[in-house]
Amino acid sequence: MLDWGFTLVLVTNGVLIGLMYSLIALGFVLVYKATDAINFAQGEFVMLAGFIIAGMIVLAGAPFWLGVVVALAGMVAFGFGLERIVLRPLIGRPIIAVIMATIGLATVLRGAAPLFFGAETRALPLPISDEPIVLGAITLPPGQLVGALLSLGFLAAFTWFFMKSRMGVAMRAVADNQQVAMAMGIHVERYFAIAWGLAGIVSALGGLAWGALLGVDVHLALVGLKVFPVVILGGLDSILGAIVGGLIVGVVENLAAGYLDPLVGGGTKDFAPYVLMIVMLMIRPYGIFGKRRIERV
Amino acid sequence: MFHRESGYYKTTYAADMALYPLPIARWTVAGIALAMCIAPFVLHAYYVSVINLILVATVGALGLNILVGYTGQISIGHAAFMSVGAYTAANLAVRLDLPFWVTLPAGGLMAAAIGAIVGIPSLRIKGLYLAIATLAGQLIIEWTINHVPWISGGMQASIEVPRPTLFGAQLRTQHQLYWFLLFFAVLAIVGTLNLVRSRIGRAFIAIRDQDIAAEIIGINIFRYKLLAFAISSFYAGVTGVLYTYYLGIANYEQFQIVTSIDYLAMIIIGGLGSILGSIFGAIFVTLLPIAIRLAMENWGAFLFGDADINNLIPNLRLMVFGGLIIVFLVLEPEGLNRLWRNIRSYFRVWPFSY
Repeated sequence: MLDWGFTLVLVTNGVLIGLMYSLIALGFVLVYKATDAINFAQGEFVMLAGFIIAGMIVLAGAPFWLGVVVALAGMVAFGFGLERIVLRPLIGRPIIAVIMATIGLATVLRGAAPLFFGAETRALPLPISDEPIVLGAITLPPGQLVGALLSLGFLAAFTWFFMKSRMGVAMRAVADNQQVAMAMGIHVERYFAIAWGLAGIVSALGGLAWGALLGVDVHLALVGLKVFPVVILGGLDSILGAIVGGLIVGVVENLAAGYLDPLVGGGTKDFAPYVLMIVMLMIRPYGIFGKRRIERV
Repeated sequence: MFHRESGYYKTTYAADMALYPLPIARWTVAGIALAMCIAPFVLHAYYVSVINLILVATVGALGLNILVGYTGQISIGHAAFMSVGAYTAANLAVRLDLPFWVTLPAGGLMAAAIGAIVGIPSLRIKGLYLAIATLAGQLIIEWTINHVPWISGGMQASIEVPRPTLFGAQLRTQHQLYWFLLFFAVLAIVGTLNLVRSRIGRAFIAIRDQDIAAEIIGINIFRYKLLAFAISSFYAGVTGVLYTYYLGIANYEQFQIVTSIDYLAMIIIGGLGSILGSIFGAIFVTLLPIAIRLAMENWGAFLFGDADINNLIPNLRLMVFGGLIIVFLVLEPEGLNRLWRNIRSYFRVWPFSY
C-alpha cells in the first residue's frame, strides 16, 4: 500500500528542506553554545536578511553579489550591535529576561521591516536557472539544492572552526565556563559579540536561501518557529544536532503532509514536528547530541 | 497603596502578611472602589468599553503573573489556555443553553485541566525548554481548535455567544457589562492577593527562587508546579470566557501567539511577581495601541501621507511594543511597579533625600 516512488519524493524533498532548516538552526545553536542566550528572534533575523537582499536588488537595483555582501555585513553589524545594547546588560539575569528580550526584538523587527521595505512580497531570484534537476523519479529544485549545499558547507566550516581555530576553541571555553575562561585571559564579552556576529552571517545566508524559496515578506519570519523542534531534537548545543534535527524535521513534516494531510484535512506539516518535539522533551530533553546538564544547589 | 508610612513597625508575621498594612490602606481601597463605582455613570460608552478591556486583561495578567512572576515557570502559550476556556464556554452556552455562572467556571476548569497537562513537562524541564514546550502547546491547541469542527463550530472557527443574563435581564450595553466584568476582576485581584500570602503562594515563591532547595525543605515540587499551572490556566480560561462574553463571539484569532506575548509584556512592563504590577501592566498594554492611534491621527499627518497612516499604525504598535519590552528589561527589570515604589519612597522622606 505504500507508494515507494511517492515516499522517495517526499523524503528527498524533506532532506532538502530539512537541511535548509538546519542552516537557520545553526544560528540559534551558535548563540546558545557560546553565550547561553536563547534567540527567539532567529526567524526575524532571517526575515531581516531577506529584506536587505531583496531591498538591495529590487529597490536599489544592485547586482546580486552586492546584495548578498551588504546583507552579510549588515547582519554581522546588527549582531554586534544587538549584543552590545540589549544582551550584555542582561548577562546574569534570569532566563526569562533573555527570552523576553529576544521576543521583544522579534516584535520590533516584524514591525520595522515593512515600514522600511514595504509590505508587499518580493521575489528574490537566485542567479541560477530554476530548471529542476531530474534524477530518475525525483526532481531537485535548484533553489533548495543551493540552500542544502550552503547548509552542509556551513556544517563543515563551523566544525572546523570550533575544533581547530583559536577563536573557536576560545569560544568553546567561554561556553563551558565563563569564569575559568576569563581567568585564562579570554575576553569573554568579545566572544559573545563574535557569536552573535556569526549568527548574523548564518541568518544572512538563511535569508537568501529561504527568501529565494518563499519570497520576502513578514511571513518569512515564521520559518523561525521551525527552529525549535530542530534544535530540541538535535540538542541545543550541538552543531551536528542542528543538521540531524533539521533532517528529521524536514522528512517528518513532508511525510506527514503527504500521508496524513488527506486524512485530517491539511496543516499537519506545521503540527507534526511539534508533536515529535514534545515527545523528545519528555524522554530526552537535552536532545540526541546535546550535553546533559547537572544542576546543583 | 497610596499611603506613606513613617517607618517599619511590624513585629509579627501576621502583621507582615496582613491584607491592609495600615488603616489608611483601607481608605485608599475604599476610595478606588468608590471611583470605580462612579466611573460608568460619568463616562462615555467608549471609555467604559476601554475600561472593560482593561478589566479582562487584568484577570489574565494576574493569572500569568502567578505562574511566571511568582512560581518562575515560563509560559508562552497562555493565549491557548484562554481559547480553551472561550470555546468550552461558547459550546456550553450555545449547545446546552447554560447561563454564565456555569459556563464561566466550566471554561476555567477546562483550561486548568489542559494547562496542568501542558505543565507536566515542567517537572523535568525548565527555563528555555519549558518556554519551547509551552510554545508547542500553544501551536498544538491552536491547530486542534482550528481543525476539529466539533469544537470550533465550523468554517470560520468562531461561535456566536449570547451576552450573559443576570436576574432575567441580558447585559447588552458596555455599561451593563462593566459591572459584570468588574465583579470578576475584583474577585481575581482579591483571590490572587490571598493566594500569594498563603501557604501555597509562599511555596510558589520558594520554587521560583531555588527549586531544588525548595524540594529539600519539603515542598512537593510536582504538586505545586502543576498547581501553579492549573491556577494560572484557570485565570486564563476565565479571561477567555470574559473576553468571549465581551465580544459576543468566540474566535481563535483573538487567542494566537501574539496575545500570549501581549500578556507576557503586561507582566514584564508592569512588574514580575507583583499584583499591582499586573494591573499597571494590563492598563498600560491595553491603552498603548489606543494612545498610538490617537497620536498618529492627531500628529501623524505632519510626517506621513494620509493613506500611509492606517498602514503605519499596526507596524508602529509592534515596534513601540517590542521596544518597550526591551527597554523595561534592560533599564527597569521590575517594571512599572518598581517605578511606582521609587516615586513613593521618594515622597516618603520628602523634602529630604533619604
